[in-house]
Amino acid sequence: MSNQNGSGSDRKFKVVGTRPIRHDGLDKVTGRANYGADLALPGMLQGAILRSPHAHARIKKLDVSKALAMPGVKAIVTSADFPEIGSGGMAAGESHIDPKDLQANIMARGKVLYHGHAVAAVAASTIEQAREACKMITVDYEVLKPVMTLAQALAKDAPILHEGRKAVGVPPLPEGDTNIMMRLANAKGDVDAAFKGADVVVEGWYEASMAHQGYIEPHATVVTTRENGQAEIWCSTQGPFAVKSMVAVTLQMDPNLIRVTPSEIGGGFGGKTTIYLEPVAVLLSRKARRPVKMVMSREEVFRATGPTSGTRIWAKLGVKKDGSFVAADTRMEFEAGGFAGSPMGAASMTLYAAYNIPNFRFEGLDIVVNRPKVAAYRAPGAPNAAYALETAIDELAQKLAIDPIDLRLKNAVKEGDVASYGPKYDRIGFIECLQAAKNHPQYKAPLGKNQGRGVGAGFWFNVGLQSSATVSINDDGSAVVRTGNPDIGGSRASMAITVAEELGIPVERVRPLVGDTDTVGYCDLTGGSRVTYATGMAVIEASKNVIEHLRARAATIWGCEVDAVEWRDGQAVGTNGASNNKPLSLADIAKQMAHTGGPIIASASVNPPAAGPGFGVHLCDIEVDPETGRSTVLRYLVVQDAGKAVHPSYVEGQFQGGAAQGIGWALWEEYLFDKDGKMENPGFLDYRMPVASDLPMIDTVVVEVPNPLHPYGVRGVGETPIVPPLATVGNAVSRAIGVRMHQLPMTPPRVLDAIETKKG
Amino acid sequence: MESVRYEAPNNVEAAVRLLAGENGAKVLSGGTDLIVQMRLMNRVPTVFVDVKRIPRLSALALDAKGLRSGAAVPAATLYGNETIRKLWPGLAEATDLIGSSQIQGRATWAGNLCNASPAADSVPALIACGATVVIAGPKGERRVPVEQVNVGPGKTSLAPGEFIVEFEIPAPAAHSSDAYQRLIPRSEMDIAVVGAAVALTLDAGGVVKAARVVLGAVAPTAILVPDAAAALVGSKCEDAALERAGQAATAAAKPIDDRRGTVAYRKKIAAVLTRRVAKIAYDRARAR
Repeated sequence: MSNQNGSGSDRKFKVVGTRPIRHDGLDKVTGRANYGADLALPGMLQGAILRSPHAHARIKKLDVSKALAMPGVKAIVTSADFPEIGSGGMAAGESHIDPKDLQANIMARGKVLYHGHAVAAVAASTIEQAREACKMITVDYEVLKPVMTLAQALAKDAPILHEGRKAVGVPPLPEGDTNIMMRLANAKGDVDAAFKGADVVVEGWYEASMAHQGYIEPHATVVTTRENGQAEIWCSTQGPFAVKSMVAVTLQMDPNLIRVTPSEIGGGFGGKTTIYLEPVAVLLSRKARRPVKMVMSREEVFRATGPTSGTRIWAKLGVKKDGSFVAADTRMEFEAGGFAGSPMGAASMTLYAAYNIPNFRFEGLDIVVNRPKVAAYRAPGAPNAAYALETAIDELAQKLAIDPIDLRLKNAVKEGDVASYGPKYDRIGFIECLQAAKNHPQYKAPLGKNQGRGVGAGFWFNVGLQSSATVSINDDGSAVVRTGNPDIGGSRASMAITVAEELGIPVERVRPLVGDTDTVGYCDLTGGSRVTYATGMAVIEASKNVIEHLRARAATIWGCEVDAVEWRDGQAVGTNGASNNKPLSLADIAKQMAHTGGPIIASASVNPPAAGPGFGVHLCDIEVDPETGRSTVLRYLVVQDAGKAVHPSYVEGQFQGGAAQGIGWALWEEYLFDKDGKMENPGFLDYRMPVASDLPMIDTVVVEVPNPLHPYGVRGVGETPIVPPLATVGNAVSRAIGVRMHQLPMTPPRVLDAIETKKG
Repeated sequence: MESVRYEAPNNVEAAVRLLAGENGAKVLSGGTDLIVQMRLMNRVPTVFVDVKRIPRLSALALDAKGLRSGAAVPAATLYGNETIRKLWPGLAEATDLIGSSQIQGRATWAGNLCNASPAADSVPALIACGATVVIAGPKGERRVPVEQVNVGPGKTSLAPGEFIVEFEIPAPAAHSSDAYQRLIPRSEMDIAVVGAAVALTLDAGGVVKAARVVLGAVAPTAILVPDAAAALVGSKCEDAALERAGQAATAAAKPIDDRRGTVAYRKKIAAVLTRRVAKIAYDRARAR
């Protein structure tokens, strides 16, 4: 682990950049932390969901009467209990959600669109009673042919998932019924002419499997409702305010009646930015007049919650002999799952964002298939897009016999360049990352037989959005900071570090809390790599407001003007006529709060319209067993611009975690469906996420090119690390075996096939 | 809701009575398969017969004749035993591959065998070493070679009321050793796509006198491959002999396509692993 400074911000930090033990650490390692399934209320019922055994079917009849008569059963809900709502978008963090689709994904209406789609739910005294009752619900299905792949969805005679629904987006759009829900396209320059002028052109199809976020904690909620219509929701979520608005829209409720308390969260990675159980539990609780708990099994998580899209991407890239890119063309097909809304839009924006390409074109299609509806997953869409482009770049580097990092350096975007998606870049650190990777010892380490080294890069926008924070001072001089962002990546530690930095007190004297929707100001959800950046800015502002109070209190104590009091190193220091006073520490002032104006508390809110983008460069050294096709990752390096690392250990943790997920996606993780569209591997045994022994220690270099939009220079770091690995690992395997791989995951049989095809 | 009973007899006869008494009785030792199957696959027994309190089932004895190991001795104890690791290194490495470290604290050879998965890691290694099981039942005790216990996926030749009491493994002859490897995409926490165990006995000059080659996950049960063994006998495990043994393994493999591998891939890997494992066993035997 090392740390490379860019030119750096001038500010000398005392706490920012240190590595204190996280405030929530003790509870987590001792098992005291309360996750979604840990809450129990008096009289609480247990809920279970009946799920579709078919991937594609019409619900002709649904009869719950026998189930209702089962012992212990207190309530049953089906789609008939949900209000009918119209279409229309609602913002949800990084993605747009159609409320009608959201509701129909939570409880199938008329049609089931994937194996595991919810069709009814039961609340009973025990979970066994609820499950037994589910078995007694009779559903009459008209089974339809499932559409499992992009090719099947686009076939001329393809069964249609959403009859009567038209494609939207950029023309030409398909006419009549289609499984294409959206088409996007854009172009710059004269692409065809530019390709004619290129010295070398590569093109190919690149396929990646649907992949699950794999959070260890399954979705879970407890709901209680009151006679006045109020609903109290406890759940594992990345965004309590988002849950509140999504429950309100799916149940057509007054949001004012809903309070959402986020539990401790055992991973989300974007997958907990939407809802599945909460509205169902509200309806069950209303009917039963009792609290209801619902907890998914791992199998339910796989069958019915959002993975990210599998994709087929065709990419073509042309260069001059000197390595300068002249043209690029891409067609992207994204699996949306059962309902529209893949991250194809974000993919199309990130696709060319890291390079200066004078002429480019892309087309992107959002395509529905009878698989679970996709949800956000860490830099949604960007890894798929980068897989295609960064692989094409590697092929070009080989054809031109140019070092792959040099080829990227030649074309990399820098400050002042106009991004392919529109804006002009402010200070960014892509060049610095490429250089740091090139200078790293791993890049010079000798490779043995059957070994290959892959290089890949990645870009993610990061977002700002709305955040609030409140800082209050206790009478012992300690502080509490409250925000509304569930801590999925160590953000409580960063919030506490920020308060400690501003107030000048030890970080252990700050308690960072995550509040519920009634106790803290509005915060957009934890996503978009935004919390340490945007919520952190609100915390800085709130801390500064507290300092204003502290100066005023000191002035009161000293009987001087506020202007004569400075806040320096954690104490009030008198100047200009007040300098004879002995400085007052925060504790001194806090002790006298009651006599100087009462409690000291301040809030702040921010709404930054933009964030500083993050760039990363990865290196992967791999050995492939030529007789079995099995890959072993020997060395892996993540270099990324963090702007300013507030808590470097959690920045490094984000780098390593994203790389681990990306390596799993590249080598092992895969959705397997049988011929009827039933997922064959809905568990961690056969959905192979990497375990610790599968990976080397992932090395990191934290590059710090300060983000001009943030007072400390912070950039979001959570998502960029998953963007480069698919191509990085692919390039390593391709170089190790001397054959270009075009499909992920690169399972042993696929790699062995490629090796044997080369041998002929 | 069904209820499950739990019994923990302290002698073999009592266990047999409980097991013979009802169809839904199941032997519980480590429970690492049984409990998972109950929870995930809804296979709920009427009674768990916990055999860990029967002294014979937890005993471990090593002498000049070989090893006698109670059926409830956990994997971690077995591969943690230095003598076992020295005498049967392949069996020890196979035992060390079952599940994970946590699971190995509970999992047993008997459980791995009676779960009757064609992909069980310890089973090919046990067969290669010539292991025998002592089975107790309503008609008394009988001894059966391990390769005769499994008859198909999830099926054993044990009669109602019977259960495994002990494993007996003969002490290896001079210049003998064994090895086991499996192919999995990951490095642990996975199920063998193919497994191969080889046990060899050499003469003083390093020529293979006797061989046993066993494959896992390529047929309804682990299979002995006599043709592969024959290819090794009389050789010094040179490349040509290994190649022939590998071809025999491919020919003997009768795998299926499933989510963990294809027929074609498994047949190829059967050869690769047979060659590699035979070479490791040979080098180990030479060193002894």
